[in-house]
Amino acid sequence: MKKYLTTILVTLLTMTALCGCAGGTGASSEDKPSKNATYGGTVVVGIQQDIDGLDPHKVTAAGTKEILFNIFEGLVKCDANGDLTGAVAEEYSLSEDGLEYTFKLRPNVKFHNGNTVTAEDVKYSLERVSGLLDGTPLVSTMSAITAVDIIDEKTVRVTVGSVNPELIYSFTAAIIPAGSGEDENADPIGTGPFRFKSYTPQEGIVIEKFDDYWKKGFPYLDEVDFKIVGSAETAIMELKAGNIQIYPYLTDSQAEEVKSTVQVLSAPSDVVQALFFNNAAEPLNDVRVRQAICYALNREEIIGFVAGGDAAIVSTAMLPTLTSYYEDLNDHYGTTGNVEEAKKLLAEAGYPDGFDLTITIPSNYEYHMQTGEVVVEQLKAVGINAKIDAVEWESWLSDVYTDRNYQTTICGITSDMTPGYLLNRFTSDNKKNFINFNSSSYDDIYGNILEAKSLGERGILYKELQKILCDEAATAFLQVPVLKVAMSSELDGYTFYPIYVQDMSTVYYTK
Amino acid sequence: MINGKPNKYLIVGSVMTGIVLLLALISVFWTPYAPTKMSASERFMHPTFTHIFGTDNFGRDIFSRVMKAIGTSFLISVFVVTVSGLAGVLIGAVTGYFGGIVDTVVMRVVDAVNGFPSILLALVMISLLGKGRWNIVIALGIAFTPSFVRIVRGEFIRLRDADYIVRARLMGVNSVRILFLHILPNVFSVFWVSVMIGFNNAILAESGLSYLGIGVQAPDATLGSMLSDAQGYLGTAPWYALAPGLTIVWMVLGAALMGEGISRRNAVR
Repeated sequence: MKKYLTTILVTLLTMTALCGCAGGTGASSEDKPSKNATYGGTVVVGIQQDIDGLDPHKVTAAGTKEILFNIFEGLVKCDANGDLTGAVAEEYSLSEDGLEYTFKLRPNVKFHNGNTVTAEDVKYSLERVSGLLDGTPLVSTMSAITAVDIIDEKTVRVTVGSVNPELIYSFTAAIIPAGSGEDENADPIGTGPFRFKSYTPQEGIVIEKFDDYWKKGFPYLDEVDFKIVGSAETAIMELKAGNIQIYPYLTDSQAEEVKSTVQVLSAPSDVVQALFFNNAAEPLNDVRVRQAICYALNREEIIGFVAGGDAAIVSTAMLPTLTSYYEDLNDHYGTTGNVEEAKKLLAEAGYPDGFDLTITIPSNYEYHMQTGEVVVEQLKAVGINAKIDAVEWESWLSDVYTDRNYQTTICGITSDMTPGYLLNRFTSDNKKNFINFNSSSYDDIYGNILEAKSLGERGILYKELQKILCDEAATAFLQVPVLKVAMSSELDGYTFYPIYVQDMSTVYYTK
Repeated sequence: MINGKPNKYLIVGSVMTGIVLLLALISVFWTPYAPTKMSASERFMHPTFTHIFGTDNFGRDIFSRVMKAIGTSFLISVFVVTVSGLAGVLIGAVTGYFGGIVDTVVMRVVDAVNGFPSILLALVMISLLGKGRWNIVIALGIAFTPSFVRIVRGEFIRLRDADYIVRARLMGVNSVRILFLHILPNVFSVFWVSVMIGFNNAILAESGLSYLGIGVQAPDATLGSMLSDAQGYLGTAPWYALAPGLTIVWMVLGAALMGEGISRRNAVR
């Protein structure tokens, strides 16, 4: 039943896997192969759940996308700093009015089937994701595309209907051979450093080195085997026995346990964990009740218990690593719990003796379950009698996320590097607004953001949105956990990305 | 029935079970620490005099949690045995005594239920009924009924043609009276042994279900869920898993010795 922290990332949201700061292309320093690297070898990576498909435009689970990152590439792709670099496209330019993107394709980028990528393939791929092909956009932001024109063999012009400075991140959508859409799920063909070898349901997926990868010197490994390991305990045992070499979802206590035998690497994750309120459910429809809960929670203590203190406390739906957009609101409710203030607000709201509260938690996420236990204890101190309802992941998805039939839940929402990604879901009519947050001023400001032309202008408005979320206590935001990855000491080169991917092209054996 | 010399199985078993029962009773009113009280400064403490079983990942006192857990496990197991025992006596008595078509049909159903491992059957029941301790009682109660039915039915078949029963029948004693006043008391000696075995199985099954996370829900402690939580810290805090693990062994051993004691006492009767 135990699954771990970072599979929080599973399916929640990622319709668009995108990346960081403002665009521009060009090689970064990691593009040179490492000097002490050796070539060859096989690495087994332990993963926690089965993949939900192989069609790069259709998969939704973050646990699948992290793997497909090795097989597919977009016109641009994200690098380890969160910047966009050219992938299938060598460079791009944006017209003055912000409505026309011109992509110049990199020469000699090969598909895994041996064919060279042509403008035809790019046009097909973009039309497929944008819905121009059959009316259904597969990546929602891409529906802004109104036309894709081939200028010449190596140049493609994309016209969009409205200005959106963040749209460039969506061009990380995979480029696939023209007309191959329906076959991708069975026979995925991309341009990435690895190509698909085999997939066995319930067992895992194997990818092998693609010799004609455009970036010379990569990848190092001959084969990577993503193997589904049932539980975290199994993973730890397999790791110790040397049957798996990389396991990316360690908890704090597991890290302690394995650090004598393997290396443990860590970096901030892209998940915001929170005690989410159903803003439409009694008694949480009263803002004072929500604020009282925010005051009641001692978040220092929570991260002490569940993460060994190794996490960042947040009070809003934004990753602190997005420094230009993040608003530090931790002082608003304090981070160590304020029982008096909480009790006062509860009394004002008409619950001087507290009330019964149900916290629905997907039971496969040990991290959330543990957080839940601490939250229950802390709420007890202000008279709220909370109980945990541990549910299967599938029923959580249908009851809580889709049907919104719950009181509160603890889970994580996965961000990407688009600053507004987590904020967008709280507009009242957003279908991902599973907390039923309804604030007209929030909706208005969000509307203004869509009008805003520059990222700077947007930044100011994003901060206002964060303040509203915090003031209204839309949700009790808790923390951004840390990712801990276990890796065999014979390996090196593991790269953390600001987005959730397992880039195997930079991993190599040192001996 | 007591024949002078008490046997040591029964004594040791009773003492072991008695201690457990006592702890469970005390836990209703008092535990050394509140079982859900967390303490950030006391995480993963070795067993010491202040925390005799040590503390867990939340700094909770493991001994207090084990005490509560014993109570929960005990209560659930007692209910399970009561439910399945009563059902077993009723069904077993009627089918064993009367035989015929009812017997055939009921026994085939019992065979069918018996065909599934009891844990698996309980899992299916839980997924239909939902989680929670009373649903565990129902699920395990149903899963455990067949074994009682078999034992009781066998005894009733053996006794229904005994001379004193035949005579009672000839005298016109009604069937209910024969079943429950004439035969049943003579079934008890065998029945109690199976109750003890059933009790053991119930403790193990309840722990198994809680271990799988579908039994009693956090933050309430049961032995199974504690084991499951402790699993992640086996390398760093082995005492966490040892406490509930050894407690289960203790409880099961105690009940098993009692069962053995009862059956030995009956044998020398």
